[in-house]
Amino acid sequence: MATENTDVLDRAREQVLERGIGLDEAGVLEILRLPDERVTEALELAHEVRMRWCGPEVEVEGIVSLKTGGCPEDCHFCSQSGLFSSPVRSVWLDIPSLVEAAKQTAATGASEFCIVAAVRGPDAKLMSQMREGVKAIKEAVDINVAASLGMLSQEQVDELVEMGVHRYNHNLETCRTYFPNVVTTHSWEERWGTLKMVRDSGMEVCCGGIIGMGETLEQRAEFAVQLAELDPHEVPLNFLNPRPGTPFGDQPTMDPKDALRAIAAFRLALPKTILRYAGGREITLGDLGTRDGLLGGVNAVIVGNYLTTLGRPASADLQLLQELKMPVKALSATL
Amino acid sequence: MTDPVSLAVCPRCGRPLDGPAAHDACRAALELEPPRFCGDCGRRMKVQVVPTGWTATCVEHGIQTS
Ligand code: SF4
Ligand SMILES: [Zn+2]
Ligand SMILES: [Zn+2]
Repeated sequence: MATENTDVLDRAREQVLERGIGLDEAGVLEILRLPDERVTEALELAHEVRMRWCGPEVEVEGIVSLKTGGCPEDCHFCSQSGLFSSPVRSVWLDIPSLVEAAKQTAATGASEFCIVAAVRGPDAKLMSQMREGVKAIKEAVDINVAASLGMLSQEQVDELVEMGVHRYNHNLETCRTYFPNVVTTHSWEERWGTLKMVRDSGMEVCCGGIIGMGETLEQRAEFAVQLAELDPHEVPLNFLNPRPGTPFGDQPTMDPKDALRAIAAFRLALPKTILRYAGGREITLGDLGTRDGLLGGVNAVIVGNYLTTLGRPASADLQLLQELKMPVKALSATL
Repeated sequence: MTDPVSLAVCPRCGRPLDGPAAHDACRAALELEPPRFCGDCGRRMKVQVVPTGWTATCVEHGIQTS
């Protein structure tokens, strides 16, 4: 390769910042291996890339669990699997409470509300709750509705489009080669299949995963370029929050510097994607981490609580956005 | 929430508070987690988290909210 001797950040400046072309796997790996003293430089470049190709707006989203726990799958990080001795019990949210959660999310200025269910894929009951719930939200609240309901059939994809679900989240969770260490009850390829159907339907694709589950740096780089190949509208980036009772319950949280390297690396692989701070940022990076990420390539946040754990109060994130002079993306800009 | 001093059971791990287990890590974790076990009887509660709060229900001891 002719670029062998050039510095990866110089190369990224020319290729990613100037031309909007993401780094390849080798380049991403170089970012993930940068020494501590160059992490700030990488984050600054990632921030420039984000400002250049995405702009200063930050997309704010709230998420809620419509059906919690009791999932038949065995994703080793997940407290909602019914196969582990996790303390999370199965529970359904009723429709009035779902609408109330959407209202409260909208009140923060968020443009996105994502309805999530802990399932392999939707059954008739879940689809009917979705139909009723999405309709009730649309009648009561001005907010984009997204969903995350596991693997879908073509028929279910079509139904969600018809309900007015504008974006569908389905995480690949990790790279293809590490996936069998994380999930054994379904395959990476099955997830990819759902993502392809979603993309072909015209819904926006939201697809990310969890970093710090024991994957190697090579596999982390592999994951970033596999996401780039999918080219999703949004990539939610989670950091492992080890949950009691799960197979990954005793894993350490990620080293904060590694988490920041990952943020810069994913932005440099995905210059034009909405890169969202999702779960685990508080426990991995603390309060200051949110600022570092937003100045290092991240341009979207989940505000308030997550599905089974709690987050920073929405007001803390909104105040930070004000301080950073980053406007919250308005609903009208996303419709 | 119930006054922690009066609890018999750790709301995070479900073990007795006067037993041999230390619960410092549990207390710290509860900053970013809702309780999962009823502090009175140790039953696993039904917990619903929403963006702005949570509700936890014990069949015997009723509802707690954030
Ligand atoms: S499919 Fe989703 S809810 Fe079920 S175990 Fe995996 S991550 Fe958890
Ligand atoms: Zn405890
Ligand atoms: Zn009780």
